[in-house]
Amino acid sequence: MPETFILIPGRTAKQGAGISEGKFEKTYQYEINHLQVSPQDMERLGIEVGDRVRLTGEHGQVEVDVIASKGDELPPGLLFIPYGDISSRLMGAETHGSGMPTSKGMDVEMELINKPA
Amino acid sequence: MLKEKKRMATASTTVETTGDDVRVIQDATCTFCGCVCDDIDLTVKDNRITQAKRACVLGKAWFLNHEIEDRPSCLIEGQPATVEEGIDRAARILTDAIYPITYGLSDSTSEAQRVAVSIVDWIGGIVDTTTSVCHGPSGMAFQGVGEVTCTLGEVANRADFVMFWGSNPAESHPRHFTKYSLMPKGMFVPNGRKDRTCVMVDVRKTKSVRAADIHIQIKPRCDFEGLWTLRALAQDIELDPVQVLEDTGVELAAWQDLMDRMKACKFGVIFFGMGLTMTRGKHANSEALLLLTRDMNKYTRFTCKPNRGHGNVTGADNVVAWRTGYPFGVNLSRGYPRFNPGEFTTSDTLGRGEADAAMIIASDPMANFSQAARDHLASIPYIALDPKETPTTRAATVAFTVATYGINTGGTVYRMDDVPIPLRPAFESPHPSDFDVLTGIEKRVKEILADRSSSSS
Repeated sequence: MPETFILIPGRTAKQGAGISEGKFEKTYQYEINHLQVSPQDMERLGIEVGDRVRLTGEHGQVEVDVIASKGDELPPGLLFIPYGDISSRLMGAETHGSGMPTSKGMDVEMELINKPA
Repeated sequence: MLKEKKRMATASTTVETTGDDVRVIQDATCTFCGCVCDDIDLTVKDNRITQAKRACVLGKAWFLNHEIEDRPSCLIEGQPATVEEGIDRAARILTDAIYPITYGLSDSTSEAQRVAVSIVDWIGGIVDTTTSVCHGPSGMAFQGVGEVTCTLGEVANRADFVMFWGSNPAESHPRHFTKYSLMPKGMFVPNGRKDRTCVMVDVRKTKSVRAADIHIQIKPRCDFEGLWTLRALAQDIELDPVQVLEDTGVELAAWQDLMDRMKACKFGVIFFGMGLTMTRGKHANSEALLLLTRDMNKYTRFTCKPNRGHGNVTGADNVVAWRTGYPFGVNLSRGYPRFNPGEFTTSDTLGRGEADAAMIIASDPMANFSQAARDHLASIPYIALDPKETPTTRAATVAFTVATYGINTGGTVYRMDDVPIPLRPAFESPHPSDFDVLTGIEKRVKEILADRSSSSS
């Protein structure tokens, strides 16, 4: 059963360094394709590191692998993903007269789709 | 082996040469982020940077991964072409279009940015920069209520209260704390970090929070409410603690304690990030923060600065503003500048399917824009200039591989506090600079327009 979370895309040092290595290279692609979930939410929903989840927002849908956020970096109910191609697929083009699409604090439904073999 | 060292100074570059064809470029400028650190010593051997002294993790990745791209300097529809052929095709795309948009510019020198605005002026198009999807909302707020500002040098020497709101410099600007905002021992803060109070306002307990004295973990999408709570407290207006907790996720007592500290400091500064501009409220959030800063000057000296991401995004704001009077999202199709974010900004013009051609300079909308905007960009002819291969260069009608600014080309960039900084390149690239390509496109655009003008008269 999908559950609604608030997704925060943002910069990470690895994502930034990955841009310099190349956007098609391993570091960048790994970083932008991994979703951070709080350990409390993972335990509550039976999600483990490496599980694949589907995120569905108002404007799009993506599939990503899960990693646990470190310590208490993320409060329950919040998800984090390094900013890039995947997070931007959940953005709409509407900017509400600002030029800026809503790119942080987006409502998404998270659904477990499979566990690694 | 003894190495004979000799030093030679050029106009702006100090180069130390050693044996074995190894050179050291002193005080090189890193253009990865808006800190634009200009104290990096680069060791260069065989056109490869082997060491970047004093660079942070992002700066090291920027310099040490730099290599000359083994790609043609120009591709037309995916096929190798000469730069001259690319310039001609680019000029024809731009002059044939009715509603062309030029976008990006935040990773180019200000000299190149200036030429790009000239091209847009000639063709009567739109010029927009990555600011529109970064601190564009702050740019709108600056125009609305103004900015009480300062340089990073003033922060280093004076600030005894440093607050970060929706910004995570430990990951995005790793030397911010050590070079400018927290650690420096300054003229009026002789004990450095010990003389400063650091506050982080963020929905997450980010890596930056470890460096802070106080973390205000605000409820997501409630920055506007938090800022107006502080504005009310600055005016000594009584607030309902239950309402404040419900609206912001933070106890009124914590906000009051913060306000007391803000009033008591000698020099306060708020650095704000995209946690404010990309979330619900956008320009209203930035405006509230600018107004709070202004309010605080009734009690003490207080300033604010947006933390800027790209190396010369601040230069892009400056150059577009010099040339047009507005910082981004400017339409020159009527022969005079019009500024209207939401109408003339790239996410909107592409997302609504309006632009019929584009020139993308040093940015990657094919990876960072909404799907609707990407789909439309893929359907129109466009030109891309970038030192590296990206999803945007791969799908471009004309793609130029350009030299990397700051590593291969000189010029000027603006630090996030609007201070211009010269670049000290390490070695030359076989690829042309974006300044060279844009200058060629401008020349060709003028020739085409002159031919059309003479044949129609």
